[in-house]
Amino acid sequence: MPVPEVAERFTGSVNRLTLGATKDNGGTRTSTVTVGGARNVVYGGSAAEAGEKPVVAMDVLDSKPDDWPDVLLEPYKDVLDSPGDWAKKCVEEFGADLICVKFDGIHPDKEDKDAAHAVKVTEEVLKAVGVPLVLWSCGNDEKDNQVMPKVSGAAKGEKCLIGTVTEDNYKSLTAIALADGHYLITQAPLDINIAKQVNILASDMGFPLERIVTFQATGALGYGIEYAYSIQERQRIAALTGDKMMAMPVICDVGYESWRAKEAKLTDAPGWGAAGDRGPMWETATAVCLLQAGVDIIRMRHPRAIATVKNFINQVWKSQ
Amino acid sequence: MILIAERINGMFTNVKQAIADKDKKVIQELAKKQTDAGAAYLDVNIGTAAADQEGAMQWLVESIQETCSTPLCLDSQKPAVIAAGLKVINAQNGVMLNSTPLNKKSDEEIFDKYIEMANQAGPKASIIALTMDKNGVPQDIDTRVAIAAEIVSKAMEKGFDTQRLFIDPIILPVKVPNAQVQPGNILSAMDQIKYLSDPAPHMTIGLSNLSQGASERSLINRVFLAMAISRGLDSAIADVLDQDLMNIVATAEMLMNKQIYSDSFLKAYSSA
Repeated sequence: MPVPEVAERFTGSVNRLTLGATKDNGGTRTSTVTVGGARNVVYGGSAAEAGEKPVVAMDVLDSKPDDWPDVLLEPYKDVLDSPGDWAKKCVEEFGADLICVKFDGIHPDKEDKDAAHAVKVTEEVLKAVGVPLVLWSCGNDEKDNQVMPKVSGAAKGEKCLIGTVTEDNYKSLTAIALADGHYLITQAPLDINIAKQVNILASDMGFPLERIVTFQATGALGYGIEYAYSIQERQRIAALTGDKMMAMPVICDVGYESWRAKEAKLTDAPGWGAAGDRGPMWETATAVCLLQAGVDIIRMRHPRAIATVKNFINQVWKSQ
Repeated sequence: MILIAERINGMFTNVKQAIADKDKKVIQELAKKQTDAGAAYLDVNIGTAAADQEGAMQWLVESIQETCSTPLCLDSQKPAVIAAGLKVINAQNGVMLNSTPLNKKSDEEIFDKYIEMANQAGPKASIIALTMDKNGVPQDIDTRVAIAAEIVSKAMEKGFDTQRLFIDPIILPVKVPNAQVQPGNILSAMDQIKYLSDPAPHMTIGLSNLSQGASERSLINRVFLAMAISRGLDSAIADVLDQDLMNIVATAEMLMNKQIYSDSFLKAYSSA
């Protein structure tokens, strides 16, 4: 009697989407990035079912960061004032698959910079690198609604990934992202039910589900990663079992969350080991853990962490 | 939930008339309406509408597939009628062969014939098998489960994937004298049938049969469907045009954690 096949099989798959528009597609990107497509859980099933290799989006801030620890500032010290040069360095030296421009500087509690600034930064980064961009709002609804439509317009036709939209604030950015041909990031506060709801809301506005990437406010190692992990895992299984409202690729924000942890940034902690290693290790551990739950794009910050994580990805998604 | 729409059945007067008159339009409209309502399959049953059941089956299949690509559920206990339907069908999106008992006095090998026909119809063809054998429809829980077990093991023996197998524990009209114990028996049988293979075989029921001749038919159907979903029912032959019934399916599946909750869960279910 033959040994029965026990590997789990799924009927659904994660949507596959390609970010970035090259010249042929009406953009100026020199490369594109395809994510998604998984037909099984990570490590589950055959290599063919693993889908596209997860990718790293490196953070570039629109304004010089004021709260980054020295360990994190060090690799970028000569480019912190120039988002274009910063992005270039990430791509050319550190192997970024995507650049994520994070518009922290427009936040009213930070530098309260205006739309003209954000547009300038967007254009600068578009010019400096050929990889596709992720364009990420500051999190203040009112300011984001003023600025992000302009940012979207400045990158019109480039097939960027733009966000984030939430259950309470999704209409203006969803409409403009649709008009400008971008992909959209829907956000939920570590809540699977709200994640689904935001997707339905965006879809009700006519935004194609196939152009959405979902984001759960990520928890870092020691700061709720188990919640993030189980939610990502549940979403992945929902996608694999055919829930079309949950079949989107996933992005998570490992860089920001990891470097908020005191274990990553505290220098005056003699018993904790070298400060220069701790941060990258914290970021690496967080990323590797979430990758196993099933995520497609990870936002990261430290070049050493990125090198290790990319090595991990290349090992696990070997056949790609 | 795999919903099989029940309306294209010769037991309904308008369908019977349409078969007699060869009026495609009635059938095609029913096919479209039920598809729009969320049917995964359309049941096709001649009932008593025609003497030439094979010809009527072919006419129905061809009429439906002229305008509609929803997979069909060919419904007859006569292998020749199913075979006639399969001759003219496009089964690319799947097809169900509904239904066969485990065996029959007049045809010991009937289940084998359905398996053979399903295999010939392609990898997406599935079978609905009734928990019924040559002794008829069992009234108790144990015999139902025992027949289901024989069906599952026979399918395995024949190399037929149990994921293509739907067990129908046969729901009887609740109004029939002394039949009121049956809905409860069926639920108890389902509790055991789902453990017959891993993953569990699908389970389906001909829901409307339950309320045959009773008053408050829709209410009876709706409540029982919710109860059965809680016991693992994952398919039903039902009136998909009953919007309340469809909402109950969405809600029951959500409550059983088969669908992730969202505030718009009804809409999410119907658009899935």
